[in-house]
Amino acid sequence: MPPVISTAGLARTFRTKTGPVEAVRGIDLTVREGEILGFLGPNGAGKTTTLRMLTTLLKPTGGTATVAGCDLAADPVGVRRACGYVAQSGGVDGQISVREELVTQGRMYRLPKAEARARAEELAHELDLTDLLDRKTGALSGGQRRRLDIAMALTHRPKVLFLDEPTTGLDPGSRADLWALVRRLRDERGTTVFLTTHYLDEADALADRLVIVDEGVVVAEGTPSALKLEHAGSIDATLQDTFLAITGRGPAPADITPVAV
Amino acid sequence: MLLQDTALIYGRYLRQSLRSRFALLFGVLMPLLYLLFFGPLLTHLPLGVRGSSWQVLVPGLLLQLGLFGASFAGFMIIVEKGQGVVERMRVTPVSRLALLLGRVLRDATVFVFQAVLLVLAAVAMGLRAPLPGVLIGFAFVALLTISLASLSYALAMNVRTPQEFGPVINALTMPSMLLSGLMLPMTLGPKWLDVLSHFTPFRYLVDAVRDAYVGSYGTAHMLYGALVAVGFTALSVLVGTRVFRTAGA
Repeated sequence: MPPVISTAGLARTFRTKTGPVEAVRGIDLTVREGEILGFLGPNGAGKTTTLRMLTTLLKPTGGTATVAGCDLAADPVGVRRACGYVAQSGGVDGQISVREELVTQGRMYRLPKAEARARAEELAHELDLTDLLDRKTGALSGGQRRRLDIAMALTHRPKVLFLDEPTTGLDPGSRADLWALVRRLRDERGTTVFLTTHYLDEADALADRLVIVDEGVVVAEGTPSALKLEHAGSIDATLQDTFLAITGRGPAPADITPVAV
Repeated sequence: MLLQDTALIYGRYLRQSLRSRFALLFGVLMPLLYLLFFGPLLTHLPLGVRGSSWQVLVPGLLLQLGLFGASFAGFMIIVEKGQGVVERMRVTPVSRLALLLGRVLRDATVFVFQAVLLVLAAVAMGLRAPLPGVLIGFAFVALLTISLASLSYALAMNVRTPQEFGPVINALTMPSMLLSGLMLPMTLGPKWLDVLSHFTPFRYLVDAVRDAYVGSYGTAHMLYGALVAVGFTALSVLVGTRVFRTAGA
């Protein structure tokens, strides 16, 4: 089976006042259908830029990519139809009700009116938002907002779901709920999930495979346990130490205990 | 597809405008103040044109309404960028042109509505003008709003903060208003000022609407005004759509 996402040398250089900035230097990766991929890297490694390219928000300055069988450059509309994207900031207007946002989103994916209304109800049911449908999105809690953001991205039953730091700022209970939701999406619908995160416990618990980027290139990839064994010397190592070893930031120095006098 | 998408985006933003009635009426305040406190100063002045002073001032105030209102339309998109709404819409298959058109048509609706209020107030103050002329005036307000709002959105997509956006718009709108003779006919002034004012597109628009308000529809002013308005609109929408298609940042 061909991979659902594959990129070759995907790159993006930004022109700034102080000269060109190579945010992404050349990413090669493949994601299999139904896989949960954890895309990790330090701040500024190029994670969000890569995500924005794969979702057609940003034109690559180099390389190629196909998403769900559609070429990124030649068929951006095809890519948009196949993908859902939840940005770090979400993307709903606080003055608008949950129902109106969901229905409008359905209409933007070209669902007929009645179907968009039915889909809004369905999504609300699946994501436990039914009681909140007529509330303004600005009145939702952080966890409820995140569920709404994901519902918005699932409106058109996408094959691939991109999540950019989906659990940042959530309480532990909401994080656990969101993990369960991501697993359920994959298990029940075979949705491929591409997620970035800074929480290594999240990557460890959720991802089938990790791709670690640093300074705009892939520096390591594999299952969490393979990476631990290879880079931190033991399958029992923490992903934290593995990550630090890979990105060359070195493990945190051990506590220096002051000598008692 | 384009029509359906545009109607969808238009509906979303029109509902947004209707939710804030205050903002809907507030835009008409500045031209209304000019009408009330500046208009009466002109009634006995020799303006060197046909018709009453109201037939000179009201067309100018209509375009002023569009100029100042639509130029600031971009503020909203800076807020929406912060909320992630713009990107969320751009990852859907919705037409890029519709993302712009839906918004600018909403702006045109709001400003034509305000223009109607302004003209009604002017009639109460003493304006008498032929109905077809008044309707032509609204058409020019609509075209001006569409152009300026498109450019405003294009600029706003490329700036990060309202603090960068506000000063730029102010620096562009004030000289445009003064140079295009919105308040008083430029023909009253020295030759150099009159010539200079022909370098702003708004000069042609205001001349056309003033002709319409005195019932002269077949004039050179009208022809140039219509050409400039349509050309400026096409160009601005093109620029705006390009930005919605490619915007990164």
